[in-house]
Amino acid sequence: MSGPVFLPPRHYLNDGYGVASWLLTRDHKRIALLYLIGVTFFFFVGGAFATLIRLELATPAGDLVSDDTYNKLFTMHGVMMVFFFLIPVIPAVLGNFLLPLMIGAKDLAFPKLNLASWYIYIVGALFTMYAVITGGLDTGWTFYTPFSTVASTSAVIPAALGIFVNGFSSILTGLNFIVTTHRMRAPGLTWFRLPLFVWSLYATSLIMVLGTPVLAITISLVAAERLFNFGIFDPARGGDPVLFQHLFWFYSHPAVYIMVLPGMGVVSELVAAGCRKQVFGYHFVAFASLGIAVLGFLVWGHHMFVAGQSVYAALIFSILSFLVAIPSAVKVFNWTATMYKGSISWDTPMLYAIGFIGLFTIGGLTGLFLAAVGLDVHVTDTYFIIAHFHYIMVGGTIMAYLGGLHFWWPKISGRIYNELLAKVSAFIIFIGFNLTFFPQFILGYLGMPRRYHAYPPEFQVLNVLSSAGASILGVGYIIPMIYLAWSLRYGRIVGSNPWGAIGLEWTTTSPPPTENFAHPPIVTWDAYDYPTQVEGRIA
Amino acid sequence: MAPRVDALYFFLLGVSGFFSLLIAGLIVYYAVRFRRRAPDAIGARIAGGMVLEIGWTVIPLLITLVIFFWGASVFFAMARPPDDTLNVYVVGKQWMWKFQHLNGQREINELHVPLGRAVKLIMTSEDVIHDVFVPGFRVKADVIPGRFTQLWFQPTKPGRYHLFCAEYCGTRHSGMVGEVVVMEPDDFQRWLSSGSTSGSLASAGAKLFADLACNTCHRPDTQTRGPLLDGIYGRTVTLQGGSTAIADEAYLREAILNPGARLRAGFQPIMPAYQGVVTEDGVAQMIEYIKSLQPPEGLR
Repeated sequence: MSGPVFLPPRHYLNDGYGVASWLLTRDHKRIALLYLIGVTFFFFVGGAFATLIRLELATPAGDLVSDDTYNKLFTMHGVMMVFFFLIPVIPAVLGNFLLPLMIGAKDLAFPKLNLASWYIYIVGALFTMYAVITGGLDTGWTFYTPFSTVASTSAVIPAALGIFVNGFSSILTGLNFIVTTHRMRAPGLTWFRLPLFVWSLYATSLIMVLGTPVLAITISLVAAERLFNFGIFDPARGGDPVLFQHLFWFYSHPAVYIMVLPGMGVVSELVAAGCRKQVFGYHFVAFASLGIAVLGFLVWGHHMFVAGQSVYAALIFSILSFLVAIPSAVKVFNWTATMYKGSISWDTPMLYAIGFIGLFTIGGLTGLFLAAVGLDVHVTDTYFIIAHFHYIMVGGTIMAYLGGLHFWWPKISGRIYNELLAKVSAFIIFIGFNLTFFPQFILGYLGMPRRYHAYPPEFQVLNVLSSAGASILGVGYIIPMIYLAWSLRYGRIVGSNPWGAIGLEWTTTSPPPTENFAHPPIVTWDAYDYPTQVEGRIA
Repeated sequence: MAPRVDALYFFLLGVSGFFSLLIAGLIVYYAVRFRRRAPDAIGARIAGGMVLEIGWTVIPLLITLVIFFWGASVFFAMARPPDDTLNVYVVGKQWMWKFQHLNGQREINELHVPLGRAVKLIMTSEDVIHDVFVPGFRVKADVIPGRFTQLWFQPTKPGRYHLFCAEYCGTRHSGMVGEVVVMEPDDFQRWLSSGSTSGSLASAGAKLFADLACNTCHRPDTQTRGPLLDGIYGRTVTLQGGSTAIADEAYLREAILNPGARLRAGFQPIMPAYQGVVTEDGVAQMIEYIKSLQPPEGLR
């Protein structure tokens, strides 16, 4: 450390005060913080539902809440976490904040549209919260027909409307990112000099723009059948219930990649900076993102292996599902290889990155169990599935998000959090996560079905382990909330590049000025070009 | 089926364990071996390596192909029941399972089957989608309103096995559970003939066939306006427009409930749809009646 470090005199956080300066802002960095508040709130709402689920499942009897309440809890947990947390979290918070900074632009291509996206997200969330408050939703987040259209008596329409509206937020964000990446890159910043996070955001945006309209159509058809008695999915009126599953998963499988691709991008950044080394096989990692985005559209049928589809359709979806695993495997191998002969930091962001690689590997490998049709028949719709997708969504996406938040927090706030607490809570999350979800793989193979309010007593031991893990995990998520908030005012001021990392975002002040760069940058180097480009810290 | 599924499972556990430990081991080893020793230290300059990239693309691809073919072969066995199965009709409704044996014996939430015999369940739902899942046999299939799906298994050990509904179906989904009771064949025969049944499914179907006056049109003489049903089961029939279909349970079901959907060639679409007129139980009875009709001499 060479002398005291001060915040810059002028930055985006002190450029205007008061509620209007935030709610009417067009600054991508402030909009990112608006999203941060939104997703954090819905994360804790969804987390509260999860807590009640795990409490109920601590005993085999359905004794804590009624069966209807339990069904609403897991439905609302899924809806909140998927649509209002996991899908927006990395693109809309970290992506929004970083995309212009990483490409040397002063903002996104359409700043007003960006603000509109946030308002649309909030309106969608309000409709869905209205559904929660006025009786809840009991269809499962998957809205399977004909249950959702003829049998459920819960608030299907407000919830569906919320998800429909929220979809436009995704579409507009995706559109904004695609145009920004094409049109706003700094002079000299060619496609193959882009940080890998930008590649992953670009691939994600393609899915958002191409996939989300299908969800809007599907949800509209459910509403039409429910409200106007159209016979679309209900066989009693000439409809086909399985058609819904095709439409739903045509969006919702790619949506998995909306959730995890940005996380992979974040991890590429964390690994590069944590090793002070370029990412091994940059081109392969970049194209793996696009490969996943394209192949991800062709595997929806693997959600329906037991839904009466033809044997041959199942085989085709099976082999395509194995193919989509390959680019993910390539990424894991490349991150691991990046660590070879790196200068590996043990700071919090790198701990999260390492945690991500481990958990994502397990999540990905258990995906192979599910892609193997003959084995999927046994484990689908059991806790094996629950464990698998939580390893991807929670072990993957949330680990990456928290790693990214800790990595860029000094850029966002200009200050650093308590590093000891941060490392401790990263460990708590890792331990709590594995204790929560690993037993669920075993439960699933033993045959415990998902969405069960009560279960046979022989499953209790593993369920108690899982519930105990969930309480540890909950603590692990609350601690960072507290020390990050605390650091906003009391954290140590760290200057523009505390990690000694490469990347345009580290060349401007922390926090950056509203226009991002005092002088528009010109790029003459490749991404992660370590020996030549670190300013200050490295000779 | 269970040993085949388990073998694949343990193979996959081995593959996953190997790769998980490989990755975790390398990461931990590198994190310690190459930890940052000075605040300003940077990593070595290594851009990538084509041989490694090709290696870790092709090797996983080959491994996944092995898993694919293995999984596919298990699935084929699951999808193809043997010819001489013991058939049971299953109707799911919120929130119970109804089983009908061919001799007319009915049961709810309990399914008795004989040891060693291949059993085929012919299943449909009266309301929303359900799913029959017997973890002990490693089999599962959705039960979908408006169509037949099927599932088969061959029990190899007597005992009681969990039967779960595995597709979320509303309030008492987790109460929609039952048991498969596997009995010695003799005990099963005794159980099957116990109690009072109202006759076999086929005889009940014959009565229904007469009550609904189906024989007004489906008759063997020159007055016939509908296809002759004797011996139709299992035959390939030609449809309007030239395509063909096998007259299996699913086809016969559709031909009763919604005859216009796949009309036989050479007949007028005059038959009314019996959707909503005949219950799912009635459909099963009529199908068994039609299956019991012997083909006429010339066609045998």
